[in-house]
Amino acid sequence: MSIELRFDFQQGGFSTKLELELASNGITAIFGPSGSGKTSLLRAIAGLDHHQGSFVSVSGIIWQDGNHFVPVHKRPLGVVFQQASLFSHLDIMENIEFGRKQAGLPMGNNETSSIIEMLDLRNLLHRRPANLSGGELQRVALARALTVEPELLLLDEPLASLDEKRKNEILPYLETLHRESKIPILYVTHSLNEVSRLADQMVVLEGGEVVASGTVVELFSRMDLVMGQDDQASTLVDTEVVKHDDRFGLSTLVCSGGDFTVAKFDAAIGSVARLRVFARDVSVTLSRQMDTSIQNIFDVKIVDFKPQGTAHVLVSLDFSGQALFARLTQKSFSELDLNPGKKVFAQVKSVALVA
Amino acid sequence: MLTPDDIEALTLTLKLAAVSTVILLLLGTPLAWWLAHTRWRAKFLIESVIALPLVLPPTVLGFYLLLALGPNGIAGGSTLAFTFFGLVVGSVIYSLPFVVQPLQDAFINVGRRPLEIAATLRTSPIRAFFSVAIPLARPGFITAAILGFAHTLGEFGVVLMIGGNIPGKTRVASIAIYDHVESLEYAQAHILAAVLLVISFVMLVAVFILNRRFRTVRL
Repeated sequence: MSIELRFDFQQGGFSTKLELELASNGITAIFGPSGSGKTSLLRAIAGLDHHQGSFVSVSGIIWQDGNHFVPVHKRPLGVVFQQASLFSHLDIMENIEFGRKQAGLPMGNNETSSIIEMLDLRNLLHRRPANLSGGELQRVALARALTVEPELLLLDEPLASLDEKRKNEILPYLETLHRESKIPILYVTHSLNEVSRLADQMVVLEGGEVVASGTVVELFSRMDLVMGQDDQASTLVDTEVVKHDDRFGLSTLVCSGGDFTVAKFDAAIGSVARLRVFARDVSVTLSRQMDTSIQNIFDVKIVDFKPQGTAHVLVSLDFSGQALFARLTQKSFSELDLNPGKKVFAQVKSVALVA
Repeated sequence: MLTPDDIEALTLTLKLAAVSTVILLLLGTPLAWWLAHTRWRAKFLIESVIALPLVLPPTVLGFYLLLALGPNGIAGGSTLAFTFFGLVVGSVIYSLPFVVQPLQDAFINVGRRPLEIAATLRTSPIRAFFSVAIPLARPGFITAAILGFAHTLGEFGVVLMIGGNIPGKTRVASIAIYDHVESLEYAQAHILAAVLLVISFVMLVAVFILNRRFRTVRL
């Protein structure tokens, strides 16, 4: 069972024309610049906008086709917008349980309690929305959307209106939600950071059309997409935590291409960790450097390259199925005589642990 | 002190204002909702008609109402002229902008977002209207109710035209004051005028206290 979508509509001077089949679990990021039709797409899926000729089916249930249109309030979904928009005439608990009350679901149930626990809202329940911070409001909005037992959760740039500090306060909650949630989540965003931290799958939109869709790891490794442009160029590597070393304060993560040694962090052995490796932190040598301070060195093969600006070239590298980008100067690219197919060593100066 | 006649006029005035306010809210709410949400381009025509009582001499309004509600009027020989219910009809039309405009502003202020959120939370449009739109538009309702009531209290020209001056039926406080002045009973006029002044002042103070931000009627 999955989510099937077909849209072809014009709205506010923008057109959307796409056909998608989305995963029925995990987080799928809908990524694109502003004006790419992300929000229109989400609103159309929710049924907030009614476009003739669209098709929406979730888990085998048709929400919209040529013949019928299930109104929003009869769709088993949860939505969180960029602005929390809590009901200002209700307190936090009443906000959280609003949907349950309307749907005639039992109040004060265990699921609601665990959602309140998960989002750390216990101490806010009797406050008014006017007295909460932006981050707290957004957590309440998330709880409110979850308590109605949705079968699909739609998040429309839920962090975009928050400053960096607040974003970082909420991201861990979204990560927890990602781990614990059994329903598919569509996450609209223009932030690659959020995509790398939260999403499993992604759809790249441009001008209302799907430019690419697939796993996040796969799409990040494509040089032709926006993720492969300028200094944001980076790849994602999903690894498993295998060892913590207390003496040097290091953790060892393993992926199919080899081991990464990173600063020790708190994670159970066997748990999954996702690394984001920026192209600017990767350099290439022809022989394995022994007298270097760099810990993470891998045998890799050059797959492809693409000039970046006038001085640089972005090189994509493969190590046993994993992808890395290296951002080199054109001068060294030419002096080292690098070409697709050539085997080299990649030195990874630093990695970011994103999930 | 107030004479029994004056008390009767005051009671009638309050009753007229109360009945009119209830009817105004019942009529004004859907009308204001529609005006706040319609995308119809010519809605300004409806808005202008509703705003007419703000600029029209009440006698003009009263005159047409008299023609319409009288025995040979377009209302099909209705006998509403010179009755209490005729006054109610007149008051409702006369005070409509004072109720519709604050409500329309309040609904616009609430916006579509809370209703969309409610829809995503299993709430039908009707239920969303009652459980979200109306509570959030509360300041507008307070303003509308009080302005509608206060404005009806002060009605004179329309009443004079369609209600006449029948004690106990159509003789409201403002008419009674006029009568007293005509008969040079300034003391009686004073008392009645002061009562109206105090009631109106107290109600406007109430609007300010309850809403803090007081949006006046716009034209």
